Amino acid sequence: MITRLPEHWQYRLLLWPLPVLLLLCYVVPFAGIITWSVTLPELGVDNYVRLANDPSIHAVLWRTLYLCAIVGICALLLAFLMAYCWLYSSSRWQRWVELCIFLPFFISVLVRTFGWLVALRNNGLVNGWLQDLGLIDSPLALTRNTLGVIIAMVHFMVPFAFFPLLSSMRQIDDRVLLAARGLGASRTRVFISVFLPQTLPGLLGAFIMVFVFCLGFFIIPAILGGGSTLMAAEYVFLQMFQTYNWGIGAALCVLMLVLVSMLVWLLMRFSRVERLVG
Amino acid sequence: MNIYRVGWLAKLLALITMGFLMLPLAAVIPVSFTDKRYLSMPEGDWSLRHYIALFNSSEWINSILNSTAIAISAALLATLLSTTFVIAVWYRSNQWTRWLIGLCMLPLIIPPVVSAMVLYFMTTNVSRIAPSLGYDSLPGVILSHTLLIVPFGVINMLVAISRIDRRIELAARNLGAGLWQTTWMVLLPNLRLSMLTTFLLCFILSWEEIAVTLFITSWEVITLPRQIWSGLRDNVDPVVAAISTLLITLTLTLLLVRMAVYSWRARQHP
Repeated sequence: MITRLPEHWQYRLLLWPLPVLLLLCYVVPFAGIITWSVTLPELGVDNYVRLANDPSIHAVLWRTLYLCAIVGICALLLAFLMAYCWLYSSSRWQRWVELCIFLPFFISVLVRTFGWLVALRNNGLVNGWLQDLGLIDSPLALTRNTLGVIIAMVHFMVPFAFFPLLSSMRQIDDRVLLAARGLGASRTRVFISVFLPQTLPGLLGAFIMVFVFCLGFFIIPAILGGGSTLMAAEYVFLQMFQTYNWGIGAALCVLMLVLVSMLVWLLMRFSRVERLVG
Repeated sequence: MNIYRVGWLAKLLALITMGFLMLPLAAVIPVSFTDKRYLSMPEGDWSLRHYIALFNSSEWINSILNSTAIAISAALLATLLSTTFVIAVWYRSNQWTRWLIGLCMLPLIIPPVVSAMVLYFMTTNVSRIAPSLGYDSLPGVILSHTLLIVPFGVINMLVAISRIDRRIELAARNLGAGLWQTTWMVLLPNLRLSMLTTFLLCFILSWEEIAVTLFITSWEVITLPRQIWSGLRDNVDPVVAAISTLLITLTLTLLLVRMAVYSWRARQHP
């Protein structure tokens, strides 16, 4: 039946189903969100005016950007360390690093957030250890505040930063490092002047990726933040399902999309995306 | 390979990081064996009451069944769609197909909460015509999950197909095979294993999807992550610890099997 069709039709049958489905069920509804943002509750750009002027929304936005930046930097440092150790260690070490990266990666964000809730509670593991060591007298407040959210988000992002960093580190030619050693540079010097500069594009790319992923996050702040750490995504969720203020939620979504497009453009401009996934 | 070694300080810091990565998972396990009704460490008496509660609760069992059905269907659809698309792109790649690949990456790049809003809009509008296909219905969730996970399928299949020798297409064409025959009899057999890994990846992603599911379901279709979410929101229910421990054990087992298979294969073909 299909074989009777002319070849260019067979080709179209292979190519088009996915793009058409995405256009109909994803791109067109996005136009609907834009419509919501200018028609709810009434026609006009009121929602965008509010976005530009409302100090409580500004607080949410700044908190989001600042938390994403902190999380991005911390996750990058830890992932860099893990990728570096993976690359230049024995295969037994590599096995352990892989396990520690893959196991959290494949486990649901809810389970991990729950794990942090258990570990960071007032009578949880971390406070217990710190008290046993005599470092603190009374338990530290680690959940229901910003610190808990940062810890859990960094934990979530380490695997996402690990893979692009590792693939950019693998493209470094070992012989260059060897040559630097041979020319008399110390190990620290080789690391700082030869190794690090070559990983910069990878670091920048991984940072932007992690930052973009962080922007849309609301599960971890909703559970660990306890209402004190309202981020943009959770704000949208509340506008949709608690205050039923769809217009402002939609406008915030449009704003986030503009921000993400700019960041992705930066990513494409300054580092080659193919090298990050390869 | 070993011309350049990691110093002891980096190794120590890496060990601490590994502890950090494992900490939340390790913290959950003992809590699931508590004999109290609330979240606590078992003191003296370990009990399985929360596991028994889990398996006796029709809500939890239903959510597991729902998630399984959704994840299998969404992963099948995503694998099928991404495979045909990637094959077409492999045959003929130009400026247009590069734009189409960009289109397919959208659900990956766009923040989950924006996707959630978009899919909420899509499902509620479908509901106006066909309520059983739209908001808070099984087909609606399956379609939404498919759209969300399809970029991962496309990436996985693009990487896989780039490893195929282009000359096999030329050989097949030279021997008189049409496009359909070349696809079905030459390309697909070479992609079987990659399709399987794509399916598994998509299955996991759909199985644990929560952000979008929260937006597009209310009470008809409760998936496992949604059930965990409600168990976490109000008074934290220790049953959550039991199901978390089961999920961690399952994932760990699968990973260890995978690593064993890889090292066994490495020994077979050094």
